[in-house]
Amino acid sequence: MHKFKKKGSNELPPISTASLPDIVFMLLFFFMVTTTMREVTLKVRQTLPSATELNKLEKKSLVSYIYVGVPHREFQRAFGIEPRIQLNDQFAEVSDITDYIIAERESRNEAEVPFMITSLKVDEYTKMQIVQDIKQELRKAAALHINYSARKRQEHF
Amino acid sequence: MAKKTPEVPSASLADIAFMLLIFFLVTTTMDVDSGLERRLPPFVENPEDDDTPPIKERNVFIVLVNKDNQLLVEGEWMQISDLREKAKEFMANPFDLENLPEKEFKEVPFFGEVGISKGVISLQNDLGTQYGTYIAVQNELVGAINELREELAKSQFGKSYASLEKEQQDAVREIYPQRISEAEPKKVGGN
Repeated sequence: MHKFKKKGSNELPPISTASLPDIVFMLLFFFMVTTTMREVTLKVRQTLPSATELNKLEKKSLVSYIYVGVPHREFQRAFGIEPRIQLNDQFAEVSDITDYIIAERESRNEAEVPFMITSLKVDEYTKMQIVQDIKQELRKAAALHINYSARKRQEHF
Repeated sequence: MAKKTPEVPSASLADIAFMLLIFFLVTTTMDVDSGLERRLPPFVENPEDDDTPPIKERNVFIVLVNKDNQLLVEGEWMQISDLREKAKEFMANPFDLENLPEKEFKEVPFFGEVGISKGVISLQNDLGTQYGTYIAVQNELVGAINELREELAKSQFGKSYASLEKEQQDAVREIYPQRISEAEPKKVGGN
């Protein structure tokens, strides 16, 4: 029986930190799975409109974004205070949209092209003129499946 | 017995993992992108020589939004909050009224023969309309159709539309199609 007898002092052993990396890795994987990479830096100010009847954009890889809004203060000297279009990381004109859509299509797998969605992220206070122009360009480029990006609004009665 | 190799110290593993964790926390965004999904009509070169037959007046629900974000629905001035009810009444036409859309009788699985409304919602806006208002109006119109589908699913299957089988959803969608046309841009309302 003496085999099981405690030897040495009665001091408390230090808490083992061997499982700490495992816990942190678990957190890490959680965040990696639930989040998406921020791809572009926004150069325009945006408050998205709110709506209740929303569809979620399921496949991130199939979505191309068009941002519209008033440029941030540091760009206002060069680009003015009227709402502008941003494609990828730079300001663009309406006429650049066709090229952008074609480039987006070429970067995708051919089989995925018919399922591509264009997401319009437009500031609430923008006038429809610019949105209408974008829509006409998208129709010309045959990118007909679009999504007006909006925030979820809680229904209040 | 062979000599034991010394263990690799794993004390710094936690630090490395923390560093990765913080990197991902900073570079990522949590929010899921969502929005109103729509399909644009294909591009036509000259809208004038369009040879589709004209739609009867009673079958069109015209919503105009002017540059001051005011609504004119079927010739009446209206608030956005009343639009949903009006659109529902138009699409359902429960009493077969003369001035609301005609119905086309068709065989639909699960339902038998049902009258399907020929109604089309036409949304026209001014170039000066605010985008926020435009989305609010679209939201109400989509909401009207979603509510009709929900009601039909509840009365027929006793379940919410989202929890129906795919075939059942298709049937409900066939009875209440989402026909919202975004007209070509036009000047609406005075300056």
